[in-house]
Amino acid sequence: MADASPSLISLLGIERTFLLGDSKVHALRDVNLQITPGEYIAVMGPSGSGKSTLLNMIGLLDRPDAGTYLLENRDVTTLEPDELAKVRSERIGFIFQSFHLVPRLTAAANIELPLILSGMPAGERSKRVAQALKEYGLNERANHRPNELSGGQRQRVAIARATILRPAVLLADEPTGNLDRATGEEVVRLLEALNAQGMTLIVVTHDQALGARAKRQIRMEDGAVVSDVMNSTGTHP
Amino acid sequence: MRIVDTFRYAAQAATGTPLRTGLLMLAMSIGVAAVVMLTALGDGARRYVVNEFSSIGTNLVIVLPGRSDTRGFNPANLITSTPRDLTVDDAAALLRLPGVMRIAPIAVATTEINAEGKLREAMLVGTNADFIHVRQLNMGLGRFLGKSAMEHGAAEVVLGNKIRQDIFGNESPLGKTVRVGDRRLRVVGVLAEGGQGMGMSTDELVIIPVSLAQAMLNSNTLFRILVEARSRDQLEEVKARVLKMITQRHEGEEDITVITQDAVLQTFDKILGVLTLGVAGIAAISLAVAGILVMNVMLVSVTQRTAEIGLLKALGATSGAVRQMFMVEAVLLSLAGAVIGIALGYLGAGILRQFYPTFPAYPPTWAVLAGFGTAMASGLIFGVMPARRAARLDPIQALSKR
Repeated sequence: MADASPSLISLLGIERTFLLGDSKVHALRDVNLQITPGEYIAVMGPSGSGKSTLLNMIGLLDRPDAGTYLLENRDVTTLEPDELAKVRSERIGFIFQSFHLVPRLTAAANIELPLILSGMPAGERSKRVAQALKEYGLNERANHRPNELSGGQRQRVAIARATILRPAVLLADEPTGNLDRATGEEVVRLLEALNAQGMTLIVVTHDQALGARAKRQIRMEDGAVVSDVMNSTGTHP
Repeated sequence: MRIVDTFRYAAQAATGTPLRTGLLMLAMSIGVAAVVMLTALGDGARRYVVNEFSSIGTNLVIVLPGRSDTRGFNPANLITSTPRDLTVDDAAALLRLPGVMRIAPIAVATTEINAEGKLREAMLVGTNADFIHVRQLNMGLGRFLGKSAMEHGAAEVVLGNKIRQDIFGNESPLGKTVRVGDRRLRVVGVLAEGGQGMGMSTDELVIIPVSLAQAMLNSNTLFRILVEARSRDQLEEVKARVLKMITQRHEGEEDITVITQDAVLQTFDKILGVLTLGVAGIAAISLAVAGILVMNVMLVSVTQRTAEIGLLKALGATSGAVRQMFMVEAVLLSLAGAVIGIALGYLGAGILRQFYPTFPAYPPTWAVLAGFGTAMASGLIFGVMPARRAARLDPIQALSKR
């Protein structure tokens, strides 16, 4: 498969168990994945199959109970919480179903958040934000708060925020779940354009049509990867 | 995350919920304003009393008949237990002591003054010519009692300003005759308006020579003897000499009390100082309550902003950065409340001074600083717990909320 390419993400024997009341729930069982830079992956499966847990694991929000996770050939399972925060800040971008914009901040301020958290000086920040606003067609909406934006605009703000620090991996959890068909399509195209620029894109979705567009489809059931296929025809528009 | 950005973010978060922030700042500012105003009141009362007492005169030693505390056995107690009278002769003897500049014997009674067909009740003071210097009073009209009056008891009287107004209106009473008790006396002077001291106004006094007063009252005893020392340094020596002299004159029995004005002042100063502190302490309780309110508001804030905290962590915020944000927010709220409270307190004290111009209700600096400090400290202390709770939130659960 992807033997020749250098590995971006390498999951080896990842296990994750949750305690729900008295019973143990295996959210991930012996997950092994190799992901190379620039891949476009859809993770699919029924509810409770462990898709989101996998995404959180890759996004360093969760730690495995067993196994090894190498991100850019660096073992990140042993890092301290503050080091994890730094890796998250620099290498990973999150996109959520419900956008997760801070309601009291304007679109521009929401996009600026990761830059503030990374400690970038104010001058450099405003330059980057202005550029991002332009790239995502949000110039006229810069000073609007999230409740004054349409769903599509909100997700564009969220994508701009996730990508402003040029992460290596973009993790999207049901990015079109709260959008109508047309705006969903628009958002997906935006994500695919980012992937085309070389950003690794991992999308978790229920939507078969959306999943089918990815070049590689991973299907999960009961916390285990049941199929992992390369879609060589890749319906990239 | 830069510290400037932390402050800006915290300030934005605080202003994002104006009602909650406003109420919290109101509570905090009421606490601080209470400290500032109540201490202004207490300290004003202290200053007022101190002023009153200083206006009696300076370098005063006051002799009172009778003892206010018990001493061990004294042979004199076998013969008599009632205190001897303090007499004009005692006063005259004191004048010869070294270090004594002036003395003023005082006999006091209530009496009636009658003139021009008007009758009025008044406070009668029998004293000598030096009284006006010892008490540092000023004349409005005419002169004070004559130098020789103490010996001869001339039939003259000096009126307080209000008495004069009530009886003579705006006419000059000089040279006119008034009836005081059963005597007819000639008015030689009127005191200047506004003399204060020992809680009574000199405006309502009727002052006559002490020997005349004693004859009228048919009594030999004095109410007080005021002794003015030559300087402040000599106060203690004079006090000792006065005590010794009177004891000698009273057959070895120490049946008087001698106090210095300083001692009285210090006592009042201490009492009212403690009172001010007590009042400040009570006000500080409201500050502690405001601190608990800060904690409550911040806890609600953490709960309401759970998703935001999760997001910040996903975007790469460290636990430390999140903790700092919430601490800074708590401190900012306390700071704003404290500043508003100090302003309110000064305003309140100012209004108080408008209504009671004689009352020096200025908040003491230590109280303002203490109020400010307590507000900030309670904000810090009560901000720690919510901030830690925010920092410990699990980002996955936080994000899945809502």
